[in-house]
Amino acid sequence: MKKQKKKYTFDFSIIAAFFVFVGLSFYYHYNPGISIFKDNFWLFLKEMIYALPVMFILVGLFDVWVSREKVQKHIGKASGVKGILLVMSLAFLQAGPLYAAFPVAYILWKKGTSPTNIFIYLAACSTAKIPMLAFEIGFLGIKFSILRIFITIPIFIVVGTIMGKYFEKNDYEVKEV
Amino acid sequence: MLTIIILTAVLTLISFIADRKKTLKGIKKGIMMFLKILPTLLSVIILVSVVLYFVSDKFIIEYLGKDAGFGAYISAALIGSISIIPGFIAYPLAGILVKGGVGLSVIAVFITTLKMVGILTIPIEAKFFGLKTALIRNGLSFIGAIIVGTIMAIILYYI
Repeated sequence: MKKQKKKYTFDFSIIAAFFVFVGLSFYYHYNPGISIFKDNFWLFLKEMIYALPVMFILVGLFDVWVSREKVQKHIGKASGVKGILLVMSLAFLQAGPLYAAFPVAYILWKKGTSPTNIFIYLAACSTAKIPMLAFEIGFLGIKFSILRIFITIPIFIVVGTIMGKYFEKNDYEVKEV
Repeated sequence: MLTIIILTAVLTLISFIADRKKTLKGIKKGIMMFLKILPTLLSVIILVSVVLYFVSDKFIIEYLGKDAGFGAYISAALIGSISIIPGFIAYPLAGILVKGGVGLSVIAVFITTLKMVGILTIPIEAKFFGLKTALIRNGLSFIGAIIVGTIMAIILYYI
């Protein structure tokens, strides 16, 4: 418990300092402070509140319903190209920022996904999420999107493979927060 | 985003009908994980909010707009790496940048680092993967993003 507390001291002091700062800014009409809160913090908080609890509930449900054997068989160490395609499609269907993918990575790891597939999953998450694709095409055009995705995928399979090999060699593990 | 929320609600409902106990256990587990990471998330969001106040849209356009040399790629990669802008803001912004004369390949670097590299979220990433792994993954992704931009520039030059 004590260790737990210490772990959060830094975070809580930032949070406390920030709220004091924002409170004072509103009280004294200090515009930069108000703007940081309204234009930035509030926006990010909203994004986080939309994306994260839902992701964590999905992760929790996945944990109780999907067996280790099943995951290992499909996206474990011996899953090959099929495994890569599977984690990539899983990533493409997701929404939210990259840090929303970390808890998913943890649960995938716990269930026996190979490190390489975990890092490919992380990379794919940020390459072509279907919910965001409509946005990208709308603002930058279909030519841009297609080019970007097809160039990015092979590069990030390489990055994912390097990371996976490195992770495995050092016997690292993904921790539950 | 709405789709994911609806999907989760439907799945939770199905799961609940199939097995009440299991469902509650799963949800509890998920919420506990969320609460554990929440303090770190909040402090990261706070730091990002403060940093982004000093790095405005105008600042970004200034650094990417004028010269299309290699410096623009590096600036794009650096700006993309430190900012955490949600997609629904990043794409309209990218659209403005293109209209302002920024090359598509520079935009590709910006978008790729924006999503793939998160210097400010390294504390969160480190909690899951360890600091060293987080640093290496971000570093490799940074290089990867520059390669994406370079290949894109070459292809765009020829078509």
